[in-house]
Amino acid sequence: MAYLELDRVAKQFGAQTVVDDFSLAVGKGEFISFLGPSGCGKTTTLQMIAGFLDPTRGAIRLEDKDLTAIHPAKRGLGIVFQSYALFPHMTAAENVAFGLEMRNVPRADRAERVRAALAMVGLAGYEDRHPRRMSGGQQQRVALARALVIKPSVLLLDEPLSNLDAKLREEMQIELRQIQRTIGTTTILVTHDQNEAMSLSDRIVVMSQGRIEQIGTPQETYEKPASAFVSQFLGKTNDFAGTIDRTATPVRLVAGSWSAPAPAGLSGPVTVSIRPERIGFGDAGLGAKILTRIFQGNHWLFQCDSECGPAIVIRQNDGKPQPTEGEAVRLTWRPEDMSVRARTGG
Amino acid sequence: MSTVAEERNARAPWALTAPALMLFVGVLLIPLAMTVMLSFHDWGQYKGIEPVFILKNWQEIATDPYYAEMFRRTFRIAILTTLLTALLGAPEAYILNRMSGRWKSFFLLVILGPLLISVVARTLGWALLFGGNNGLVNKLLMSLGVIRSPIPFMFTETGMVVALAHVMMPFMVLSVWAALQRLDPQIENAAMSLGAGPVTIIRRIIMPQIMPGVLSGAIIVFSLSASAFATPAIIGGRRLKVAATLAYDEFLNTLNWPLGAAVATLLLVALVLIVVGSNALIERRYAEVFR
Ligand SMILES: Nc1ncnc2c1ncn2[C@@H]1O[C@H](COP(=O)(O)OP(=O)(O)O)[C@@H](O)[C@H]1O
Ligand SMILES: [Mg+2]
Repeated sequence: MAYLELDRVAKQFGAQTVVDDFSLAVGKGEFISFLGPSGCGKTTTLQMIAGFLDPTRGAIRLEDKDLTAIHPAKRGLGIVFQSYALFPHMTAAENVAFGLEMRNVPRADRAERVRAALAMVGLAGYEDRHPRRMSGGQQQRVALARALVIKPSVLLLDEPLSNLDAKLREEMQIELRQIQRTIGTTTILVTHDQNEAMSLSDRIVVMSQGRIEQIGTPQETYEKPASAFVSQFLGKTNDFAGTIDRTATPVRLVAGSWSAPAPAGLSGPVTVSIRPERIGFGDAGLGAKILTRIFQGNHWLFQCDSECGPAIVIRQNDGKPQPTEGEAVRLTWRPEDMSVRARTGG
Repeated sequence: MSTVAEERNARAPWALTAPALMLFVGVLLIPLAMTVMLSFHDWGQYKGIEPVFILKNWQEIATDPYYAEMFRRTFRIAILTTLLTALLGAPEAYILNRMSGRWKSFFLLVILGPLLISVVARTLGWALLFGGNNGLVNKLLMSLGVIRSPIPFMFTETGMVVALAHVMMPFMVLSVWAALQRLDPQIENAAMSLGAGPVTIIRRIIMPQIMPGVLSGAIIVFSLSASAFATPAIIGGRRLKVAATLAYDEFLNTLNWPLGAAVATLLLVALVLIVVGSNALIERRYAEVFR
């Protein structure tokens, strides 16, 4: 049963439609990511859930109650902003205590909960520090503690890790996931970083230009992208132009010299999407020439010129000899590793 | 070779700032020092200024209650003006900051516009509105029967405070405005999401953060009001004197330059002490907000 539900939500600023037809059902305890390029409407959607913006159309329900009818101050959601928006004139403990104070939690109880919340995010002993005297990572943790201490029904995170350096970001990702698993708060994360979305979420909502492109588990969106946009956005991918040959029996899917039994329900020109790490070198298949070969430690990256245009191949560095630059190769893959879509236009 | 280059490098900043430094010394420090020296000279109705070193002027200021009253009035007016600008200017800046694009620029212009008009013109405007029986507002209110006699404005401290506050308002608004620009744009949303209502947000979140702006605006307004000349001269005339108008009168009417210099020096020293002192206090108190 859906805990938080967005039903055909849309937002317009003047004539510009920023979010359109956004429907999503979030289960209790689920970790959802909104993933998409900058400007696609992720923050706008999050702010509509938070109540800082009113949807132009559609409904938002929490446990079947209309959330849009509730004032943002009464929604009881925990929000971590991209800039953290900590109160600079208050210490870490005062920042975290603020939400409890607003809820009239008794002083002694408050102190205990603040201490526990700061300890949970690894900031025990930092109670009396002011935000400006903390590092970005520490401020981020204070913001998380401040949002979590009020036991929010839903935790909303707007690019919370984008201001951290790469190493710290990875650490925080792991920590965030652990904290979320422990306390089980339903969480929505906004991000433009596909690795972050994939490593943290139960499900990913891929967005483009205010619309949902696909909703699915990280694996589904990566391996069975619903659109060219999704496959391009979630990591590297090869798109080959192919055709379904109906004259052959059984019907075959042909891309250059590569062919396989055609999937049902398609005909004519198609696009074959295949991840670089799912392509192997074989005796038969798509003809290609290796242009460059890049060693990247645990794997090799090959850039090839194939019959169907440029192709990239990633091979595990398993110690076996690999083709060299300039070598002619054949690219093969298993039919179940590719996704095939009807090709429109050219 | 390198030492020559280094030496030249070390001298470069001095060489580059020398013209400005010389101007600063020439037009500010030297006249200032001369004013201080002047305050120790003697003066007589018929003998004029005598370049001797005596404490006569300072003794007169210290013992004659007239001067104490006049300095008290000067600072009372400055303090009230500062309070009035803070009370009106801070909310004004806050509201202005919340307006949307086009209105914001328009009202900012309205607020800063007066800076383009001479203080004399602006103060005379007040005099036209409230000046005695002929003031426009007074005439109107009297003809409507709201008041019987004209609202006392000219030659009153209230009038001076109101006119000065009007003149000084842009400085307060700009100062608070600058502090508001430093706020995180999401800070109010953050407080709201934690359950704070609009009053709590202003009292607990916004006010503490713009306080440094209000206080630095207050320092500017206070020092400008305490040393203001044109407005007190027009509203107060020769009847209600403040330090600046008194010094002016001593210099140009009585021609007792040494006494005028002593008044001016005392005003300057008092202002410097107050400004430096409160600045240090503010910076210590709001170290976290300033960083
Ligand atoms: N208050 C606003 N008024 C007008 N346009 C806005 C406003 N807020 C956001 N937008 C526009 O909506 C689009 C989506 O913005 P946003 O939701 O912030 O994107 P994202 O968070 O995915 O980067 C952008 O094109 C942005 O310019
Ligand atoms: Mg955003």
